[in-house]
Amino acid sequence: MTAAAEPVRALRDAALAALIAFGLFAPLVGLRTDVGSDGALMLRGRWDDVAWLCGIAFAGRFAMLMLAGRLHAPAAPPWLARPWQQAQPYLPRGFLALAVLLPALPFIERYELDLGILVLTYVMLGWGLNIVVGLAGLLDLGYVAFYAVGAYAYALLATEFGLSFWICLPLAGILAAFWGVLLGFPVLRLRGDYLAIVTLAFGEIIRVVLLNWVSLTGGPNGISGIPRPGLFGLSFAADADNSFAEFFGLEYDPIHRVIFLYYLILALALLTNWVTLRLRRQPLGRAWEALREDEIACRALGINVTITKLTAFAIGAGFAGFAGAFFATRQAFISPESFTFIESAIILAIVVLGGMGSQLGVAIAALLLIGGTELFRGLAEWRMLIFGAAMVVIMLVRPRGLVGTRTPSTLLHGAPR
Amino acid sequence: MSALLHLEGVRAGYGAVQALNDVSLHVEQGEIVTLIGANGAGKSTLLMTLCGEPRAQAGSIRFAGQEISGLPTHAIMRLGIAQSPEGRRVFPRMSVRENLLMGAEVLSRANPAPQLARVLALFPRLEERLEQRAGTLSGGEQQMLAIGRALMSQPRLLLLDEPSLGLAPLVVKLIFSAIRQLNAEGMTVLLVEQNANLALRLAHRGYVLVNGRITMAGTGAELLATKEIRDAYLGAAAH
Repeated sequence: MTAAAEPVRALRDAALAALIAFGLFAPLVGLRTDVGSDGALMLRGRWDDVAWLCGIAFAGRFAMLMLAGRLHAPAAPPWLARPWQQAQPYLPRGFLALAVLLPALPFIERYELDLGILVLTYVMLGWGLNIVVGLAGLLDLGYVAFYAVGAYAYALLATEFGLSFWICLPLAGILAAFWGVLLGFPVLRLRGDYLAIVTLAFGEIIRVVLLNWVSLTGGPNGISGIPRPGLFGLSFAADADNSFAEFFGLEYDPIHRVIFLYYLILALALLTNWVTLRLRRQPLGRAWEALREDEIACRALGINVTITKLTAFAIGAGFAGFAGAFFATRQAFISPESFTFIESAIILAIVVLGGMGSQLGVAIAALLLIGGTELFRGLAEWRMLIFGAAMVVIMLVRPRGLVGTRTPSTLLHGAPR
Repeated sequence: MSALLHLEGVRAGYGAVQALNDVSLHVEQGEIVTLIGANGAGKSTLLMTLCGEPRAQAGSIRFAGQEISGLPTHAIMRLGIAQSPEGRRVFPRMSVRENLLMGAEVLSRANPAPQLARVLALFPRLEERLEQRAGTLSGGEQQMLAIGRALMSQPRLLLLDEPSLGLAPLVVKLIFSAIRQLNAEGMTVLLVEQNANLALRLAHRGYVLVNGRITMAGTGAELLATKEIRDAYLGAAAH
């Protein structure tokens, strides 16, 4: 995009945008079928609305072109730049402290905690997918499949065999990782767009299988009555023999379980983060990043690309499996409807908006996308519109994501972290 | 005594395109051997075939007495062959240090620090840029990084694909003197070059590749003195 193109060119461009808008909106908005008084369908034109939409497209495109130069990189004002730079290393710690103390804050009620659990689930999924997409550079559009495998693994193991959550959790992760390897094999030779298409299909296959294998998964009815996790054998149920409240001499309160679930997902998410950060300093993590940068160079250096790709798929999928098991135990009910493509898209959007490979960026993006859409729930049908507009704005202003810089995994000794 | 690298009747290609036809050559321990030829003669393909991609369809490739034409790429590299690929192909978003450490990956458990020190001694410029992102380096520095990265695996045979590509003459001189120094320390080098004049001056021996066939072989000086070579590859600049 040229900086502040001359008005004539901008006008011409805007007119073209309005024309495209007309082509789109004329059939979509302009023609409306209503049921007439005699029960027959009547065609009604809404050309004034079409005119409005085209006008908005024209004005918006024109404004965008004229502002193009000024839209990029809103540099912080000088008095803010220095403190901001100094504060950045402490940002993750600040977020962590906030996350740990959240349930203790005075204005935090059940709704806020539930929202926190939801956001943290997506933070964890984002960090998990970040291994595959952000570090190894393998565009995976079917990540939700592993989330589903984890959720169903836990649900089936718990309801069929009565295994406890703490045994099922690692099993769900291992099963999901196994499916990650299974997906990895056929797509080893694929890159970029082709990889994206196959992973997208894989996600759909898993969902369709879950939907149709009624004898195992219950089909569209899903699985209900999934047992809740306990803490070292202490139950959070109201009428349990060995309950958490009783053991600690507390009054029974359903919020205990919510707080427990909150800390559980926080711990799982932090585990994901810790493993990722550790691996980035290991040869394996470096090999992932090198693979993202240049696969041919990796081969020339004698790196086993097969193993490198498969481990990325497996570890990323494993964390999705953990998150899936958590999701199942929290909801106590799962059905294929929770694992549609839009989930994969949201998780991928979190990773891309966060800045491909940045742990902090992914956390902020998850907070904005999940928390943000939740906050706008009152606006009902406008919610998705705001969501879309926000994404466009972020990508225009920060094309490399919220945190677009990559921190090196090795530094000179003594250099500040 | 057998050569370090020995190719016998090697054929290779991509799909229906035959890029190498009955190529036989050998590289002795401690030699610099150069492979010159025009664009598309198959020089790069030959280096790639050594590494197993594409695979040789016929013939034998022996490295240190072992047949390697059937091994997967990473296994071949593990035997002690390292390549600085055409176009350098450094990892742009990773730091110079990380790039170099990637080269040592093949050694799995060995401590890369001593070799890192050796590489930095050979290319002091890289030491100044150690924490810089490789994508921000100049072309010459990236070439040094690509060679340094290959050296990190402590190879017995170093494959260099067009190290002078797109570099200023002064920088090329620097790179070539580094290659000479490496060779003086005992490194065996197989060098693919378009810059035949420089390459033949540096190399002990050379091969000329035309349309996937070796048409001429000899010492660097012999080839430099040959009229066909001067006309075809050295051009007016060498007169």
